[in-house]
Amino acid sequence: MSNYRLVLGLEIHFHVKTTRKMFCGCSADIYEADPNTHTCPTCLGLPGALPVPNLEAIKKVQLLGLALNCELNKTSLFDRKHYFYPDLPKGYQISQYKYPLCKEGFLELASGKKIEIDRIHMEEDTAKSFHEGQYTLLDFNKSGMPLGELVTKPVITSTDEAVEFSKKMQELIKLLGVGDADMEKGQLRLEANISLRTPEMEEQRRLPDYKVEIKNINSFKFMENAVTAEMIRQQELLEKGERVVQENRGYDEATKTTVPQREKEEAHDYRYFPEPDIPPMLFSEEYVTELKKQIPELPEQIERRLVRTYSLTSKQATFFAHASNVDLLHKLESFIEANIDPQEAAKNLINRPETRELSANEFSQKLKAQEARITDESVLTPYVQEVIDEYGEVVVDYRNGKENSIEFLVGMVMRKTKGKADAEVSRKLLKSML
Amino acid sequence: MAKLPRKRFLKDNMPKLNELNLSEALEQLRSEQITSLDLVQACFAQIRKTDPELQVFITLVEEQALEQARTADKLIHQEGEAAFIKQPLLGVPYACKDNFCTKGIQTTASSNILRDFIPPYESTVTAKLKEAGAILLGKTNMDSFAHGSSTETSDFFTTKNPWDTSRVPGGSSGGSAAAVVSHMCIFAIGSETGGSIRGPASWCGLTGLKPSYGRVSRYGLIAMASSTDSPGPITKSAADAAIILQVLAGKDPFDATTLNAQVDDYFDNIMQFAIKGLKIGKPKSYFGLDLQPGLRAVLDEAVVHFEKLGAEIVEVDLMDPKYSIAVYTILQRSEVSSNLARFDGIRYGHSRDAFNFENKKRMMLGAYALSSGYYDQYYSKAQKVRTLIVEDFERAFQKVDVLIGPTMPCVALKIGESANSPMFGEMMDVLTEPSTIAGLTGITFPCGYVDSLPVGMQVIGPALSESTVLGVVNTYQNATNYHKKFPNLESLT
Repeated sequence: MSNYRLVLGLEIHFHVKTTRKMFCGCSADIYEADPNTHTCPTCLGLPGALPVPNLEAIKKVQLLGLALNCELNKTSLFDRKHYFYPDLPKGYQISQYKYPLCKEGFLELASGKKIEIDRIHMEEDTAKSFHEGQYTLLDFNKSGMPLGELVTKPVITSTDEAVEFSKKMQELIKLLGVGDADMEKGQLRLEANISLRTPEMEEQRRLPDYKVEIKNINSFKFMENAVTAEMIRQQELLEKGERVVQENRGYDEATKTTVPQREKEEAHDYRYFPEPDIPPMLFSEEYVTELKKQIPELPEQIERRLVRTYSLTSKQATFFAHASNVDLLHKLESFIEANIDPQEAAKNLINRPETRELSANEFSQKLKAQEARITDESVLTPYVQEVIDEYGEVVVDYRNGKENSIEFLVGMVMRKTKGKADAEVSRKLLKSML
Repeated sequence: MAKLPRKRFLKDNMPKLNELNLSEALEQLRSEQITSLDLVQACFAQIRKTDPELQVFITLVEEQALEQARTADKLIHQEGEAAFIKQPLLGVPYACKDNFCTKGIQTTASSNILRDFIPPYESTVTAKLKEAGAILLGKTNMDSFAHGSSTETSDFFTTKNPWDTSRVPGGSSGGSAAAVVSHMCIFAIGSETGGSIRGPASWCGLTGLKPSYGRVSRYGLIAMASSTDSPGPITKSAADAAIILQVLAGKDPFDATTLNAQVDDYFDNIMQFAIKGLKIGKPKSYFGLDLQPGLRAVLDEAVVHFEKLGAEIVEVDLMDPKYSIAVYTILQRSEVSSNLARFDGIRYGHSRDAFNFENKKRMMLGAYALSSGYYDQYYSKAQKVRTLIVEDFERAFQKVDVLIGPTMPCVALKIGESANSPMFGEMMDVLTEPSTIAGLTGITFPCGYVDSLPVGMQVIGPALSESTVLGVVNTYQNATNYHKKFPNLESLT
């Protein structure tokens, strides 16, 4: 790989979680439903039916855009994208072309590198076809479901970066409540545009004159393998002095190679034009300001804050910043607010699950108890001796091999010290003295 | 609502019920002088008598209509006038252009590809009419997918003009206009994309209102050009049009392009309308057009009449309407190519061979205009000129309240005359297309005759000025009788 450098752009397609479909009143709760039970004239594309945009979906995509430092287009348009396919009932898909909801943003990787985002737009999903023998069956439940599409600039230079970016995106989509982003359920799909260039080209910031698109990537591992295989293929061609043809390719897991994909149509001309059924969407400054307030703190921001304000280690901070630990983050903050030492709070919450159920008050008590604990062996020895003397029978049991009986003796030491004895130290002392 | 004279009905030779206009029919239904059942039956009697020759209806729903009439009569009898507060068109029969989806009733847009289409849902327009108590008689012929100005592109038959059956009624809402003027119904619904209401209303000697774009919902109207399609009434008077617009107008949650603006009280507004001092603009470019001989004299007389009524006539400069034809043609063909893409042969039971030549020609032109490399040259440029046309009208409306002009450059043409003119529709619609692409409201009304055929004049107003344009025409109709003249159909029996 030394002679060539990777140039990678990603497209991320994600389901947007809403109550209703994108352009009609149909329920978007379609995943367990019988075929064609969630349809209406609009999502069936019947003559005369019209689309009315779903503001809930639009807001969610804009929220994602704002979280990715994007600029929101103050005027955004839907466009019609024309192509023929049986699962596309209108002969066009309502999408966005010239004026997407969001443009020009970035996501920062752990290395500090900013992955630039070109745009995020909205579109509607198609129906689903099932091929059975000589028939093709169509289920329109999925038709008109809201989809978002994010496109990065071709600035990714390694598979590691690609995977990190995609994982972060998945987290963010979940964190913001934009979607469930479950790759196994097809709620998040990736497409990679791959080409190679020489170090000189990289220095001069010149892009290759071709790209190979790999579609339908449904796991991070798949992406890593597919991109690697495609890099090898392109490098071999380039080293032989051949040109790489611009095309769509698929990754074959069995052979670990990419293969050309059969195209639905020879040359695509989508004949985009502004959707006349939907007036231009205008978003005011106040609207954007209001929306910005709804963005929760993002993982990197949480991490940074925890390290800076509470001197947590970066490992601890990462733990609390993870989207799935948001409840623990809240717990941590409530502890700190109750004047509990951040280090103590963090350590306990991470390592001792039982502390997670406590209120700040209870936790505080527990800590105090810990502080008052007697660990000094010389202080504890008289108490231990007292217990051995008093409970001869139990001592005999222990000596006869009934090891559990030592716990009873530890309990008795605790009682004598009004719970202040350190259990660990008491146990050690008992063992040695018996 | 103003009381209308009952004398004519009671004393004169009893006019047949189906010859009543909407205002008269409502008055008589309300006072229980007539029943809805009699009215509906009279319409069907007239349809049976004249439709075989005129070829107006594609579908009739007689049984359903009679049933609704009986229900309406019961309601009127039980609730009296109160029934009309809830349902202002209760018991009134109407005809509807066959491009409005009617649930359970075949809706073809006069095209073979949809000849077996039975919509599972109701258009907003027909739903509102139903809710208002109006009774649908049937669906009327039109140019296939509204592609034309004569009904000659219908895949089924050509409707004949009741004034002269060797002539076309105009189009694309030709069936609806012919139905009203031949008294097959009390009023009818049409849709206009570039002249499709005003054109046929003018050639049939009727009042036809094209509401502002977005005033009346397009939901359930089989789209021709989505950015200009406007449903509207074809009636026997401006007052009738006001009553129907009242029912149709308003924001529709199913149509994102409908306007939020409050709906006027049209009927009251036109009753209180004062034309004195109103500035009526007379565009030189419209009157200077190559009009049929004799037409100008009729129009000039109407202009003089408006002056006599107290209006001030002001000559205005308006962009040559020929530019609108170019803009309209590109935008409309583009949208047609997109809107008809759903008829891909997979659903609706007929393959794409079922499209006719006119349909295919428009789709091809539109697909070309939208294709990459040509978009900027055609579609994008047309949109820019569209903006110029909008601004041109805005300038004119700073000087005058409304504009008047001929509706059509000639009276109704002979059947077959359009065959050799590929741009026939656009040439006929040259005077209606500019206001359509600007989203304005316009109304045509009869103002005289040339060769015994009706001549239409139109009043164009700014968007949402329906009360004004209806008021102007109502004032004219209060002082004239052209709108009360109908063709003699005795020869058809």
